[in-house]
Amino acid sequence: MKLTIQVNEGPYQHQSADSAYYFAKAALEKGHEIYRIFFYHDGVNNGTRLTTPPQDDRNIVARWSELAEQHDLDMVLCVAAAQRRGIVDDGEAERNGKDATNIAPGFRISGLGQLIEGGVQSDRLVVFGD
Amino acid sequence: MAEETKKFMYINRKAPYGTIYAWEALEVVLIGAAFEQDVSVAFMDDGVYQLAKGQDTSGIGMKNFSPTYAALGDFEITKIYVEKESLEERGLTLDDLQHLVWEDEDEDWAEKDSIRLVSRAELGDVLAGQDVLFNF
Repeated sequence: MKLTIQVNEGPYQHQSADSAYYFAKAALEKGHEIYRIFFYHDGVNNGTRLTTPPQDDRNIVARWSELAEQHDLDMVLCVAAAQRRGIVDDGEAERNGKDATNIAPGFRISGLGQLIEGGVQSDRLVVFGD
Repeated sequence: MAEETKKFMYINRKAPYGTIYAWEALEVVLIGAAFEQDVSVAFMDDGVYQLAKGQDTSGIGMKNFSPTYAALGDFEITKIYVEKESLEERGLTLDDLQHLVWEDEDEDWAEKDSIRLVSRAELGDVLAGQDVLFNF
């Protein structure tokens, strides 16, 4: 089955970030295709490489990056949500005159149309959040 | 893009202020309108407050985005479901909500009501008939 996953909550604050990861991992292991993972609301905070959890805790951001690399996943942070919350890639830094970037490997920033398109193109849209 | 049309429903369950869910959900609805799917929007639980008339956010330093709901008809979003029990549980009636309309070009732009008041059971049936549910 072809899936698009929407993650609406931030890492560590809310279990959705963990549940979405475990769901994605299990789906891939079962042979399903993940068309896209779209991060919205505080979910965009899953995509900052500056995250530094305590050493005895899971690294949610690095875990996403590794999964993306292993399975060539398309992980998209909503641009409007990312701008509000200070998640920046090279293009956004240039456009908005920011002096740094913080996007994690495997993520890209794009528009909400990517979420809608995921709903159109996939067999199922699975939403994680409150 | 796939040529097929899917039944998309956006479900709004949260109060308009206090969290950003309602506002960012509305942004998704507006962007999604460009994709020419069969779109409907539902309001239930505290989400019914999103449509409340006379919102005044001047005391909380937030943008009052409630006028945007009145523009949904212009985006060809004509099916807006409001759950009856959610209104009743909060002491609200349809009269407390904005009067949302759309213009039917097939009937000489006749103005028609967008809001469909449905029971919890009826809304369940509507949900079951959708292809894609966006839940906010």
